[in-house]
Amino acid sequence: MLAPASGATDAVAASGLASLAWLLLALPAFGAAVLLLAGKRADKWGHLLGCATIIAAFAYGLALFFTTLGQGAEERTSELHLFDWIPVGALDVEFGLRLDPLSLTFVLLITGVGSLIHIYSIGYMAHEEGRRKFFAYLNLFVSAMLLLVLGNGFVTLYFGWEGVGLASYLLIGWYQYKPEAASAAKKAFLMNRVGDLGLAIAIFIMFKELGTTTYTDVFARVDELSSGSILAITLLLLLGACGKSGQFPLQAWLPDAMAGPTPVSALIHAATMVTAGVYLIARSNPIYNLSADGRLVVMIIGGVTLLIGCIIGCAYDDFKKVLAYSTVSQIGYMILAVGLGPVGYALGIMHLLTHGFFKAGLFLGAGSVMHGMNDEGNIRRMGGLAKYMPVTFATWALGYLALIGIPPFSGFFSKDAIIAAAFGEPGWRGYVFGGVALLGAALTAFYMTRLLILVFLGKPRWKELKTSEDGREYHPHESPWSMKIPMIVLAVGSVGAGFFLENGERLAGWLEPTLGPLQETHGALDHTMVAILSVALSLVGVALAFLLFGRKPQPTTRPLRVSFPVRAARADLYGNALNEALFARPGTWLSRALVFVDNKGVDGLVNGTAALLGGSSGRLRRLQTGFVRSYALSMLLGAICVLGALLMVRFS
Amino acid sequence: MSWTLIALLLLPLVGSLVVAFLKGNDRTAKLVALGFSLVELALAVVAWVAYDPSSGARLQLTSSVDWIPTFGVHLSFGVDGIALVMIALIAFLMPVVIGGAWSDKLPEGRSASGFFSLLLAMQTGMVGVFAATDVFLFYVFFEAVLVPMYFLIGRFGGPNRQYAAMKFFLYSLLGGLIMLASVIGLYVTSADKLGQGTLDWATLVTVMKDAPTSTQIWLFLGFFIAFAIKAPLVPLHTWLPDAGAEAPVGAGVLLVGVLDKIGTFGFLRYCLPLFPAASKQLAPLVLVLAVVGIIYGSLLAVGQTDMKRFVAYTSIAHFGFIALGIFAFSSQAGAGSVLYMVNHGISTGMLFLVVGMVMSRGGSRLIQDYGGMAKLTPVLGGLFFVAGLSSLALPGTNSFVSEFLVLIGSYPNQPVFTIISTVGMVLAALYVLWVYQRVFQGPVRGTALLNVAAGPGTATDPERSGIKDLNRREIAVLAPLVALVLVLGFYPKPVLDVISPSIGATLSEVGVTDPVAQEGK
Repeated sequence: MLAPASGATDAVAASGLASLAWLLLALPAFGAAVLLLAGKRADKWGHLLGCATIIAAFAYGLALFFTTLGQGAEERTSELHLFDWIPVGALDVEFGLRLDPLSLTFVLLITGVGSLIHIYSIGYMAHEEGRRKFFAYLNLFVSAMLLLVLGNGFVTLYFGWEGVGLASYLLIGWYQYKPEAASAAKKAFLMNRVGDLGLAIAIFIMFKELGTTTYTDVFARVDELSSGSILAITLLLLLGACGKSGQFPLQAWLPDAMAGPTPVSALIHAATMVTAGVYLIARSNPIYNLSADGRLVVMIIGGVTLLIGCIIGCAYDDFKKVLAYSTVSQIGYMILAVGLGPVGYALGIMHLLTHGFFKAGLFLGAGSVMHGMNDEGNIRRMGGLAKYMPVTFATWALGYLALIGIPPFSGFFSKDAIIAAAFGEPGWRGYVFGGVALLGAALTAFYMTRLLILVFLGKPRWKELKTSEDGREYHPHESPWSMKIPMIVLAVGSVGAGFFLENGERLAGWLEPTLGPLQETHGALDHTMVAILSVALSLVGVALAFLLFGRKPQPTTRPLRVSFPVRAARADLYGNALNEALFARPGTWLSRALVFVDNKGVDGLVNGTAALLGGSSGRLRRLQTGFVRSYALSMLLGAICVLGALLMVRFS
Repeated sequence: MSWTLIALLLLPLVGSLVVAFLKGNDRTAKLVALGFSLVELALAVVAWVAYDPSSGARLQLTSSVDWIPTFGVHLSFGVDGIALVMIALIAFLMPVVIGGAWSDKLPEGRSASGFFSLLLAMQTGMVGVFAATDVFLFYVFFEAVLVPMYFLIGRFGGPNRQYAAMKFFLYSLLGGLIMLASVIGLYVTSADKLGQGTLDWATLVTVMKDAPTSTQIWLFLGFFIAFAIKAPLVPLHTWLPDAGAEAPVGAGVLLVGVLDKIGTFGFLRYCLPLFPAASKQLAPLVLVLAVVGIIYGSLLAVGQTDMKRFVAYTSIAHFGFIALGIFAFSSQAGAGSVLYMVNHGISTGMLFLVVGMVMSRGGSRLIQDYGGMAKLTPVLGGLFFVAGLSSLALPGTNSFVSEFLVLIGSYPNQPVFTIISTVGMVLAALYVLWVYQRVFQGPVRGTALLNVAAGPGTATDPERSGIKDLNRREIAVLAPLVALVLVLGFYPKPVLDVISPSIGATLSEVGVTDPVAQEGK
């Protein structure tokens, strides 16, 4: 019933063009290093160097991709050994790269979207002091992310995994003089570290049971593991995925991460880094194939998260935070897909790619709107902006149609396939997961339409307000070309990528050497039926949003007297409150209590003993002044004791 | 007879005396001290090259002369890979410390020549501790090294220095005396066995192997308590925050970076090989202390309000990891622990130095007196952050390799302790990032930053605070540390290759085999 350990395709040593694959890591890293070390000298050309290194990496990635495409399926997996990293005894962690269809797909996504966002940032960050540093951090991110997907074992993955966490921390906290940005950055890093523990312990188990941590060896020998170990590994890897990908219960950091500049939200917190959890599970498919229970938990997490994201997304008034919860929810779809196993791995990756296009585009559009609106993020203070920013509106609308899954836009193909596959699960699971995914589609259409109406359509509410809260007058305007071009390119992707990747199972076929063949499902509802249902439900969501928000003018401040579900959604479904009550507050108290105990108790005991030894505090003080003499005396006494003891031994 | 170690031992002593005679001529004294420390560093490189990890000899670069023949005491020196990397660490840190303390404001009436002379004297003591291969000689250096440190804290430290110095001294002295009892016990046991007593380490290893477990346990405890005070393990740690906080920055780097490692070095060199049965039997006890130390030290670091005490508590957590690795009995965990000892010296040394640089600008140790400092001093902020990343063991920094080795190596034998310890990874991120946030992020604030130029409460304009970013000397002091953080993060192999064979030898002296066997290599 289950596919054989499909990821264990034998790897050959990389040769030819592939032997230069270290350039993929080195180019962006070089850019980052130069920008950080050069300081102010790089102000004039820093952003150009940043862009050039990423574009060069993208060009190399493309060349490598086409070379690989020209090879037979069994030759498409190769490994490149760079150097021994941590060799001790049986542990032999090498610094090596694995080039295969899955990693190359990610290379193109990361460097491709990365290039566009670098270019966009030239305009977006033009007025920022220290823009070079921003590009240095972006380059650092790309380098770490490429290591994450290219590493040939779980430890190199972990390196990249924490590396992107660092870049994410630095970029969320870009406006570090703002306390909320600094706190958001710290929160993101901490919640990610909680997930990282899962990944780390999974690696420990692999080493203990198999003596290795490289993909090739682990996957080849995965059937030596007991079912308990396999289940443990699947759950621990899932914990890691939850941290990085903002999945329940570690989702709370992602909306806060929107405190970073918008290009960062587009690249890191929408298109690439947050999808690393999906990559991890797809990459570990030979392990997940062996544990139906593990996959069930993955599906549950995906299903729960996709609903949480949708529901909260309906209630927020912050442009980027709605998009952030939308990301949480869409990654929920991807996690659900890879949780389905061999019928879903490729579907999860496909949705990841189409989402990379349209969500990055939506974020860049949001950035463009905010750029033209004095950095205003509150959608209630917008409205009717389509007229003032035609290109932004057009590209944003295409991304919107892709996200809510209207055919023939890309999201339709990738999301529908996941919903259909979820219905293909046996028994109650099919109905539950399929139903949840369908419901999510309707909710997605609802909150995205609300966003569309409040920002681009309807009355221009900002005209009544005149100025933003910092007192500057609103003059909405279209963004420069350096920002428009990336939006247009991503919009083209939002339109066409789905059909292109889906057509003739192009993507699934390409990924087969890594993920195994994409298996067909025949569930309670057939594929056509699912397609009709999901489009119909999306349209219902759209219509509902128009009825609620499109017919009458909206207030510029959020209504306070709202029903319980809206209140709950506005409070992140109490996720933050729960974290606060369970961890933050008890932790703070524990820390304070221990500081008290350590100062008074443990230390007091010792001081008491010292006072006893000295007889009294007065004598202690005298001891301090004449301490050298006392020390000499005690040395002497000690020496006499020794000599005496030795003599006794010697002559007794 | 190899002279390398003897030269390493004597050179700083000579330097110390020369510098002491340069009283009243501070600049010359500093230059001479720096010169001696650089020559010592070159000598350490010579020792590193001369040492052959693959030769199979347990101790190398050995030399020995009779000292007190009646009691079988020799002046004998030699190193294994573990001692060698520690000696290299001191040699590396000493010029950095001297550079870092170059323009320290000393307390009233204290001269720079005295300070630098004591630093060099410390170096002799520490080299002696690591290079001694006679147990009595080790004991002598163990005690001797207290003296310069006592004066460094007591004469050159912060406002509460007398109290801190005495506390440090009493603790160490107590530990030393307990250890002395065990040293005597070793002599007696060897005399029983061989007829003629000896305190030669290598001979004692073979003698003690078959000693009854009960004897081993008593003698083990004597050494263990002394080392657990030094290392320090909870609950014997309370001297460290005081000593670390009151010590002048340079002495603090040496205290936490190297001197404390005498404890963990002692576990590896004396506790494990001399008392294998006791080590195995008491390992669970040590592991409990180690894991408690990780969590307790981390939680206390989170709650600190004083930056130097903060660094001290992070070290207590890190020492927990080192002890965990040593008593988990595997080659990965053991090598990880030794590498951790080196890396902790580098990263905590750097953290101490940057904290010192913050304090030299703001004049306060309290976190709450600062805020938003990155705006005024971006380079200092960046380097503080790098030190922090190394402290929280981010991959790509040196500490990741050692922490990862300790944990992955401990897991096969001690899964429960290992999993509890991983919580320390989250707490480390918390304490580092939170301190960084409070001192460097947010708007410029805090009495230490805003009132330097003008009177209290008047200067609210950050531009006029008078706080300057790092100068060239300070950058030159930190640059080698940053370089090592990265080099050892990406390519630790040369150091691991020196450490691993000695860990292998130690494990076979204990009589344990690796839990994860090496396949056909």
